[in-house]
Amino acid sequence: MKNLWDIFKKGVIVENPIFVLALSLCPALAVTASAITSLTMGFSVMFVITANNVVVSLTRKLVNPKVRVPVYITSIATIVTLVQLLLQAFAPELYQALGIYLALIVVFAIILARAEVFASKNSVIPSFFDGLGMGAGFTLALLLIGCIRELLGAGSIFGIPVIGDWYDPALIMILPAGGFILIGYLVGGFKMLTEYMEEAEAKKGDA
Amino acid sequence: MEYFTLFISAVIVNNFVLTKFLGLCIFFGVSKNLNASIGMGMAVTSVMTLSSMLAWVVYNFALVPLNLTFMTTAVFVLLIASFVQLLEMIIKKQAPALYNMWGIYLLLIATNCVVLAIPLLNAESSFSFLKSVVYAVGSGLGFALAIILMASLREKLRLADVPKPLEGLGIAFILAGMLALAFTGFSGMITL
Repeated sequence: MKNLWDIFKKGVIVENPIFVLALSLCPALAVTASAITSLTMGFSVMFVITANNVVVSLTRKLVNPKVRVPVYITSIATIVTLVQLLLQAFAPELYQALGIYLALIVVFAIILARAEVFASKNSVIPSFFDGLGMGAGFTLALLLIGCIRELLGAGSIFGIPVIGDWYDPALIMILPAGGFILIGYLVGGFKMLTEYMEEAEAKKGDA
Repeated sequence: MEYFTLFISAVIVNNFVLTKFLGLCIFFGVSKNLNASIGMGMAVTSVMTLSSMLAWVVYNFALVPLNLTFMTTAVFVLLIASFVQLLEMIIKKQAPALYNMWGIYLLLIATNCVVLAIPLLNAESSFSFLKSVVYAVGSGLGFALAIILMASLREKLRLADVPKPLEGLGIAFILAGMLALAFTGFSGMITL
């Protein structure tokens, strides 16, 4: 049990997909202008990555290694289509808001990377938790960006005004430019944090 | 005139990298060096144009008549990935010099968000064939413009004294933000 928790935790903190691996940052960032779209995107990715890890892990002995990448892509594309249809049916507004970016989950590098690095070598249950952890880390990172951008750019979180009338929203945060700049500082901040933690760890080792 | 505004809009006003966050992986990955970024920009433009032509044909002559439009995403991904592989093989055989120059970039763009996005957007807005091509060329050149600008900036930055935690990806993002801010000045110039 502890082992599975470690796999999950690794995805959320140690190898947090956006800030540490810097993989798959592509299109996800476009939907972080508000908290709710970030959350939907995060959950969609989490679902796709977990389901794909399970599928890849289940079929890992059947698939010839030479054709594994096309097989992974087909599996991912199928799951993404499923998510598209589900969102279209049950949350049409969110489907509209995410637009083309939902379809683009197919080419998120992280999903393919997890299939290749983890799921193709491990059994189903660890793969499931790996997907869940990576997905949760991705969701948290997106949600953090989304909340900051919405808070500064519109003075609200999840559409609920929290700051009050005196605050004059900084429109730039909702524009793509603000998104880029914020992510730049967050990447730097995360790097500082990990370095600090490593140093603390090293000091503990000395003593 | 209609085609011209579409073209300008794709290159500058709705630049895919700087206003839509598409193609960021290669945008940050390959923009460390000016020559590489020129090669990448050209490779993306040509692959994007050819693959959106192909995707247009498949979409309008196979998916729409057969009522399979819900499979668009899956079909386009496989189509583009296999097309790029094929292109790589042909170039390797027919033009080895070209392959040595641009070959490595081809594989990187096989499953890239911006290359997939254009055919999807074309299908979504049901553009005519010519319009799709104009849109694809414009978007490709827009991507090339952004990545070349970025690479020139990053080459200058090599001599600058950047705070340590921001080195590498951090400062690259902030630079992209500044570029995006400059491009925001064009917004509203053309409304489609």
